[in-house]
Amino acid sequence: MSKLKPIAVYIARGITLLLAVSICSFILASASPINPETRYRLSHPGVSDEKVAQMRDYWGIDEPPVQRYLGWLGGILRGDWGKSTSYRQPVLDVIGVRFKTSLALMLTAWTLSGLFGFGIGSLMAVFRGRPLDRIVKRVCLFMCSIPTFWIGLVFLAVFAAMLGWFPFGLAVPAGVPPEQVTLGQRIHHLILPALTLSFLSFSNLALHTREKLIDVYDSDFALFARARGESDTKILFRHGIRNALIPAITMQFGSFAELFGGSVFAENIFSYPGLGAAVSVAGTGATDIPLFLGIVMFSACFIFAGNLIANILTNLIDPRTKEAAR
Amino acid sequence: MLDVKNLSLSFRMYDGAFRRRDLKVIANLNVSVREGEILAVAGSSGSGKSLLAHAILGVLPKNAILEGEMLWFGKPLDAALQKKLRGHQLALVPQSVTYLDPLMRVGRQISKEKETVKELFGRYHLQDEVARRFPHELSGGMTRRILISAALAGEPKVVIADEPTPGLSPHLAEHAMKHFREIADSGSAVLLITHDIDLAVRFADRIAVFYAGTTVETANASDFADESLLRHPYSRALWRAMPQNGFSPTDGTQPYAGSLPAGCLYAPRCAMRTPECVSAPPEPRDIRGGEVSCLYAT
Ligand SMILES: Nc1ncnc2c1ncn2[C@@H]1O[C@H](COP(=O)(O)OP(=O)(O)OP(=O)(O)O)[C@@H](O)[C@H]1O
Ligand SMILES: [Mg+2]
Repeated sequence: MSKLKPIAVYIARGITLLLAVSICSFILASASPINPETRYRLSHPGVSDEKVAQMRDYWGIDEPPVQRYLGWLGGILRGDWGKSTSYRQPVLDVIGVRFKTSLALMLTAWTLSGLFGFGIGSLMAVFRGRPLDRIVKRVCLFMCSIPTFWIGLVFLAVFAAMLGWFPFGLAVPAGVPPEQVTLGQRIHHLILPALTLSFLSFSNLALHTREKLIDVYDSDFALFARARGESDTKILFRHGIRNALIPAITMQFGSFAELFGGSVFAENIFSYPGLGAAVSVAGTGATDIPLFLGIVMFSACFIFAGNLIANILTNLIDPRTKEAAR
Repeated sequence: MLDVKNLSLSFRMYDGAFRRRDLKVIANLNVSVREGEILAVAGSSGSGKSLLAHAILGVLPKNAILEGEMLWFGKPLDAALQKKLRGHQLALVPQSVTYLDPLMRVGRQISKEKETVKELFGRYHLQDEVARRFPHELSGGMTRRILISAALAGEPKVVIADEPTPGLSPHLAEHAMKHFREIADSGSAVLLITHDIDLAVRFADRIAVFYAGTTVETANASDFADESLLRHPYSRALWRAMPQNGFSPTDGTQPYAGSLPAGCLYAPRCAMRTPECVSAPPEPRDIRGGEVSCLYAT
């Protein structure tokens, strides 16, 4: 019972945070020089004032800001997220469709970075202090400082343009009806953007795992294991993975923010029609305020969900927290 | 069967990026364990007892520098031999609960063989259910018994027990010591590390008195019956500090590792000190069936 308490506290804090995010982004959006009226006037030159007044009324522009905010928030809670001005569809539908596409990308990248990060981190720890470790560590540190869009461009230039192994972009081949697209084709289109995205966090996770495992190797219980005849490799499998996995999982679920941020770059470079690409549609050029606010709220929830899962898993897996709460 | 001669141990430390200094924690240490005996290594906290144990097993940290000689049945005890002996012929009873993996159930840490675990649990009055617990769910006394069990799951020739009794009830401590006695009597040997002279006197055959990283005297346990039978001024001071002998403390403290004096390590606190004591460390000498490192021992 009391095991749920920290999680309940965490959820309460998360909800407060989401409210704060909603207020901030609403204020920012309201302060934007582009509002529905200016947009309407721009796209319908010579429109009558009467029509504009109708617009103002429809968008609630003349209402006090607090009332407008509450109206918008109420809509969000009821599932009415407004209508996207650039897609001419309900915001929630746009997000739903786009997120599904993004999810394939993010999940692949996330799994790849998790596996590679943990694997390479373990390798470095086993060879700690030796040339292999030193070289790989340098590479990882270097990769941590490379921006996603740059890696994306390099991949695009090398693997798509020079070698021609992968398509230049999009999630499916152009001009093929959706029902005829094969799974193979989808995967083929997914690989480059997913690699780009996973490059972001795998080096981070590798360095983190390396540190944790070296802590294990330096621990008293590793000393005792050694004293009982266990080799370094055996210690890795018997004690190392067990002790390094929890922090790695926590870190991986806590990286949803970077994952989402990275997907904006990756999807734009590869014209991958996911949520990240929609961010730039909503944020630039079209200035689709309802969609923009919707994506902000959605991504905040997404990131919060990741952190919540990290929290719950740590509580569930680690016997120390489990017993302490019992 | 196990001889340690003139052992010195330093840690290589770095202050800042390039300034290197070696921190000496064990100096000119001599100790030998014979077949069938319990040899106690008695000394106060921080005197390097655990490090001696780790040095014999070859599980020191990477920045440790070892000098001197260790012999296993007369053969040099080098890294390769240590590796071969660890977990079979050489066993360690570690000092504290931190030597158990916090995320692994203790049963699996004692032995893979369920039978062995069962037998050891029976011996140490532990409920079978305890095997499924994690280290943090154990009481101090349970931990101690688990640590002993984990070390004795094989059939070691030499057992190095690092403070195996704190936290145990007098009854259980006796029980554990009897187990060690059994092991010694079966032709093995036990190196019992302790700061409890009383315990050492009651159960060990010989006692090596440890001071600031060196052995000042190795005496028979029976020598602790009276102050006059002891050879080194520090052993005598220890004797006087025992509750039944008046509890009288000695002034001063053991020198801190890294700032060890050049000559006899006990000289700064010694009433018999002469200028010779301070110039060079005294060589060990055999006196009255014991070994002592003091110029004026009688
Ligand atoms: N890795 C290390 N690096 C530097 N100094 C160390 C290291 N390990 C131990 N020491 C130092 O070596 C000295 C001896 O340590 P050791 O653990 O052997 O003491 P001990 O006699 O077992 O004490 P206790 O009775 O408290 O267990 C201490 O002063 C300690 O600070
Ligand atoms: Mg110790």
